[in-house]
Amino acid sequence: MEPAALAETAIPQAQLDRNRHTLNRERRHENWSMLRLTIPALLIVGVLMVAPLLWLLSMSFVDIEGNYGLGNYRLFFSEPVYVEIFLNTFKIALMVTVISVLMGYPVAYLMSILPPKWAGPMMLAVLVPFWTSGLVRTFSWLIILQRKGLINETLSWLNLIERPLTLVHNMTGTVIGMVHIMIPFLILPLYASMKAIDGNLMRAAANVGSSPTHAFFRIFLPLSMPGLIAGTIMIFVMSLGFYITPALLGGGRVKMIAQRIEESLALYPTWGPAAALAVLLLLMTALCLWISLILVRRLSPERVR
Amino acid sequence: MTNSSTTALPVSIQSLSKHYGAVRAVDSVSFDIDAGEFLTLLGPSGSGKTTLLMMIAGFTRPNAGSIRIDGQEIVHLPPHKRNIGMVFQNYALFPHMTVGENVAYPLRLRKIPRAEIEDRVNRVLDLVRLAGYGARRITELSGGQRQRIALARAIVFEPRILLMDEPLSALDKQLRDTMQIEIRKLHDRLRMTTISVTHDQREALTMSDRIAVFSKGRLEQVASPVELYERPESRFIAGFIGESSFLPLHRDARGICFGDQQINLAQDADGVDGDSLLMLRPERLRIVSPGDVTNMDDNLFDGQVVTAAFQGESLLYEVMLSGGQKVFVRAANRSENLRAMPQAGEKVTLRLGRADTRIVRAGG
Repeated sequence: MEPAALAETAIPQAQLDRNRHTLNRERRHENWSMLRLTIPALLIVGVLMVAPLLWLLSMSFVDIEGNYGLGNYRLFFSEPVYVEIFLNTFKIALMVTVISVLMGYPVAYLMSILPPKWAGPMMLAVLVPFWTSGLVRTFSWLIILQRKGLINETLSWLNLIERPLTLVHNMTGTVIGMVHIMIPFLILPLYASMKAIDGNLMRAAANVGSSPTHAFFRIFLPLSMPGLIAGTIMIFVMSLGFYITPALLGGGRVKMIAQRIEESLALYPTWGPAAALAVLLLLMTALCLWISLILVRRLSPERVR
Repeated sequence: MTNSSTTALPVSIQSLSKHYGAVRAVDSVSFDIDAGEFLTLLGPSGSGKTTLLMMIAGFTRPNAGSIRIDGQEIVHLPPHKRNIGMVFQNYALFPHMTVGENVAYPLRLRKIPRAEIEDRVNRVLDLVRLAGYGARRITELSGGQRQRIALARAIVFEPRILLMDEPLSALDKQLRDTMQIEIRKLHDRLRMTTISVTHDQREALTMSDRIAVFSKGRLEQVASPVELYERPESRFIAGFIGESSFLPLHRDARGICFGDQQINLAQDADGVDGDSLLMLRPERLRIVSPGDVTNMDDNLFDGQVVTAAFQGESLLYEVMLSGGQKVFVRAANRSENLRAMPQAGEKVTLRLGRADTRIVRAGG
């Protein structure tokens, strides 16, 4: 006697059809339930992001006389001050990114190889400033860097300088403050990426004859690339739109796009020029992200295809 | 490299120690490995076998001692200057390189001409029976294939010796059994001095020329697989390698006794005292059927079957002796054994041939 054959004859075809029907309905119901969970988020994104962006886009075509057209955009390319501001913004963002990478990579590396006893406090040292308000940190830098600030007073007390260094209200101060705020955005993804690298890989490299330096550049660096790229993109893109730190530490001498947007609002009767600047910033940010996405594809160790 | 012309080198380890605070992970261990020998370091976790291997590879710095390859001291050398090949437990293949790039990496470091690298990579891939896999990504390989690539990368640069850290532990049982034979065959062909670490006694028995058994940081015994199985020096080794039951022995006027039963020994009874144990290998005990012939000097034990288990290739019984000790008995799955398979509760007599009657000291 075959048990399988017995089961087949015992259940009528009608019952099997009903079961299939019910199972299909259950699956559709489940899919719909999942979709429902995403509705609040979709609404928020739609109402608070897509709609304002479209509104911004439409406003950017209204020039200062109230006429509809490309007047605002034409202004950017005819006025040298705008070109200068854009170049300046990219220059600062690039400097902040490079300095953050140079300073942040060793920190993340050290944290990834140290035992938890030491890595824990280091992580805390990265996170505590990260959790502190950017405004507070910017003002703190003002105190530290100013003419009669901590650094200048210490250096002159040590007789290392005759006149105080101008560390603030210029590019230097802006970059120092921005690096401080941005560096956790590099360290955190980089650390996660490094922690995922199997420690035996470096041992294997040494075992087959690779010096520590060579193993670092050939094995560790390529494998930490995903975290490095993620952090680098994050910093660069965030730096492009930075406002508070350059406004306070730049002392009006360092102009970035975000500041110009704010000034345009006060300067012109319509929101047009400010909106157009914002749209341009958004487009350039998107372009940067797109380029870096291509870079990620090229440089990722797994070579995503 | 892939022929038998590889020069095998002897390794000598003297008074090697590694302490972590008060813990003696490796406690003054000394032994020699012959040129071309396959030696396995065997022991439970925490016995110090992996620490010892890591010290030979150069990843762990010993507190004291000497490691010499072919008479040359290497204890002070950094790992990348030791010229030792190693197969890592999780293989440690570089995920951002292809199979071919992984295997070529040690050769590229040695600035070997491109054409020769290609030639040697192809030959070693052929040796591990993965010819034509050079362009594959590591993620496209199965566990067994990764294992063989790790081996290929470890031997392609003709290292002075080869180390293997639990090389087969990540594979499933069937593949492990196949790879044991395959590694054995490869070693027979290359005759490279090899030190392997495992906690799997079967792996050690199958692959090794000699086995060094470790316990709590100390070397217990170094011997060939047969020697170790047949004449273990301590209860620890007898218990760790193979399955064994132990019966307490004592000496009285008649000789060596278990309870009030005199025991006929295969070996010299000198030195047997209250610390000695009778070692019973399950496969050496036989359940005596009524018609079986027994010799005068066989040792017979009466008992009762507690459990009887059918395990496929063999039948396993737990038998409680009349003195209350439990012993295991294993019978091959042959039709006559299966037919007469005693059930739980049945009274049986066990026979242990005199030649199989071995004693070990209780300590250790």
